[in-house]
Amino acid sequence: MKSFLQKRAVASAISLAGLIVLVFFLSRLTGDPTTLYLPVDASLESREQFRELHGLNDPLIVQFGSYLSDLARLDFGDSIRRSEPALDAVLRAFVWTLQLAVITMSLVTVMAIIVGSLAAFHVGGVFDRIATFFSLIGASAPDFWIAIVAIVLFSVNLGWVPTSGTGTVWHWVLPVAVLFIRPFGLILQVVRGSMITVLSSAYVKTARAKGVRNRAIIFVHGLRNAMLPVITVIGDQAAALLNGAVVVETVFGFPGVGKLMIDSILQRDFTVVLAAIFVTAVAIFIMNIIIDIIYAVLDPRIRY
Amino acid sequence: MTGDHLLEVRNLSVDFHTAGGTVHAVRNVNWHLGRGETLAILGESGSGKSVSASAIMNLIDCPPGEIVSGEILFEGRDVLKMSQEERRDLNGRRIAMIFQDPLSHLNPVYTVGFQIAEVMTTHGTRKAEARARVLDLLERVGIPEFETKIDAYPHQFSGGQRQRLMIAMALALKPDILIADEPTTALDVTVQAQVLELLEELQQETGMGMLLITHDLGVVAETADRVVVMNSGEIVEAGTARDVYHAPSHPYTKKLIGAVPGAGEMAEPLDTGIKPVLEVNRLSKHYGNFVALDKVSLTVLPGETVAVVGESGSGKSTLAKTLLRLEEATAGEALWEGRDLVTMGQPELFDLRRDIQMVFQDPTQSLNPRMSVHDIVAEAFVIHPQILPKSQWRDRVRELLAHVGLEAAHMSRYPHQFSGGQRQRIAIARALALEPRLIICDEAVSALDVSIQAQVMGLLADLQKEFGLSYLFIAHDLPVVRDFAHRVIVMKNGKIVEQGPVAQIFDAPREDYTRNLIAAGLHPDPDIQAGRRAARLELQGA
Repeated sequence: MKSFLQKRAVASAISLAGLIVLVFFLSRLTGDPTTLYLPVDASLESREQFRELHGLNDPLIVQFGSYLSDLARLDFGDSIRRSEPALDAVLRAFVWTLQLAVITMSLVTVMAIIVGSLAAFHVGGVFDRIATFFSLIGASAPDFWIAIVAIVLFSVNLGWVPTSGTGTVWHWVLPVAVLFIRPFGLILQVVRGSMITVLSSAYVKTARAKGVRNRAIIFVHGLRNAMLPVITVIGDQAAALLNGAVVVETVFGFPGVGKLMIDSILQRDFTVVLAAIFVTAVAIFIMNIIIDIIYAVLDPRIRY
Repeated sequence: MTGDHLLEVRNLSVDFHTAGGTVHAVRNVNWHLGRGETLAILGESGSGKSVSASAIMNLIDCPPGEIVSGEILFEGRDVLKMSQEERRDLNGRRIAMIFQDPLSHLNPVYTVGFQIAEVMTTHGTRKAEARARVLDLLERVGIPEFETKIDAYPHQFSGGQRQRLMIAMALALKPDILIADEPTTALDVTVQAQVLELLEELQQETGMGMLLITHDLGVVAETADRVVVMNSGEIVEAGTARDVYHAPSHPYTKKLIGAVPGAGEMAEPLDTGIKPVLEVNRLSKHYGNFVALDKVSLTVLPGETVAVVGESGSGKSTLAKTLLRLEEATAGEALWEGRDLVTMGQPELFDLRRDIQMVFQDPTQSLNPRMSVHDIVAEAFVIHPQILPKSQWRDRVRELLAHVGLEAAHMSRYPHQFSGGQRQRIAIARALALEPRLIICDEAVSALDVSIQAQVMGLLADLQKEFGLSYLFIAHDLPVVRDFAHRVIVMKNGKIVEQGPVAQIFDAPREDYTRNLIAAGLHPDPDIQAGRRAARLELQGA
């Protein structure tokens, strides 16, 4: 297990390094930041001054070198737009995104497992048909549309919840609800499919012959075996949320990392973009290792 | 009669409504079982022999199943009229069941201790008490180091131990009836004998009635008081095991008994003056520190059948895989007409694949389900295009199918449309397509019913006469080998322990291992088997 974690950490570090290089050079290809930051009629001198101040005049390779040496000290530099370290801005936003992701995925996981398992127990039954119908709608509806419709319906027309921002528990309801729908539909389908296979397995037959109650057959014998493929999909969906739910965060004015990333890209605030990519990448690598550990915990046959 | 029996099945009919129409799985089945008694239900696959047991245990899914008529009386009460909760309460407590393949019937992600204790906790025993009882049970069924093994997982046990675990689980609450569905079919003969012995001891201790579902007349002879013979969902014959074996009245029973292998003439060894077609010298295969194949040497003559027998883990399948180059040998050589096929390069090996073909155990898995029979057989010509111009493929496939007893009309069909025996014929036709000189058969008839097995063996023998084929016949089933092989090689732990002409191995084995292997085999005649058992018990006592 220890050597597995070491191997994974090394592999993750290599991927991360590649990512940092790629993003640094690609972001420089998007154009000259001075045209964006300074007024259109800014003088050549002030442009030159701006470039000099932010090191944009040095050759790309020098900029990259100094960037790397800063990075080694986890110093991403200051945000060009905001007068604060880029990492601070990113971490602040990331905490919001992390909360949103954890709350959403916890709800999704619990609900999808319960509903999917019960649907699988009576395949083709009324409950199964209703669950399948709604999960397919959920899995296929575009979230920007749901987000806007939800705002119109629940915030504007009914006035139940605020339209955007943060502050109270009520601010969380719509973002969580909208983010919930698609992963819920998808994971429910995976749980259901996996559970159908598991419930027809030989060891479930043994459990029935032992007189084990249906509830224990589903949630003790079935679930743990059915979870393996489900965990993979949960990880995938959680990674998407950790990256920042760009559309939903933007629509709801939610100060998460997705919104920060989009804003920074539009403003060519390279230091923030890089810091955001770095932070989310590290988070996703950590999450993948946790998922590998969960595999081994769920299935004693998996040993690293 | 009424109500006297512990368990009685009356006029039971069960249908399965499938996409292909309604299947009458069992029709008007009647049997009964008393305390301390063993009833065997004997039948081939598809005979419906397991259906009444599944009905008793409430394991039939309805739909697609439907219990059309009949009663199942347990202590005089019809279980089919009980509530689901009442039936659940019977399962595991009063009636318990064990199955064929213990690995897939144990939950892979829970410890065996949990799974055995669960029978008891489900029916109201306290956890601590259940665990203490599990330790007793594990000791009773003979699990070594049971104090630590109680927290191990199913994959950490051997096949025989897993069946012992299943037995411990089934007997945890001392049920009145144990249903054993092919309990020893997946096990080696020596392990089979031990497991059957354990079941019998436990039956004597507890006085339970035992329902044994099997396809094996030897198992019936060893264990059953009475036997019910089933064919296509109906009981064709019933009586004591001895009467049914010695005086079968129904033609099906007669056919079944006639098809049991191990009674025919044994083949004479071939003239050793002939130059062997395959000569294997000191072939070894290591997986890390594990020696799967240890300096194995053997020869195969043209037109000869050399059987390789041994229990699971003996290395017989590794031998086949290494010769086919599906695994790379660690050391040694295998000379095919003087050329070493262990070291030869890919182009040379490609040519040689024409001469050596293989037939695997499970034709359902070894035939691509999405290819028609024509495409399966003709694939050989696609891979080796120089053999036959495309215009002649159809005719040749037709010819090959005729050789294995299939019709030209079968060409356009797919594997799932055939029975198990027919599928193995297709696999044989595919092997014949390249006109090989040696066919390696890895448990080629093990998955087939006895009557089908006899047909396929006959086919292989005919093809050998017609084409002068050699077979390297890997099998665990000694009676089949006895009827079919010229020479026999006995393997254990990767080594050859004994080899010789078939008559010598069966009539005068030199090694204890071979003797034990043969003694552990079950004879279909209850009288002969009783004699063997007495001899075996005496041996153990001494």
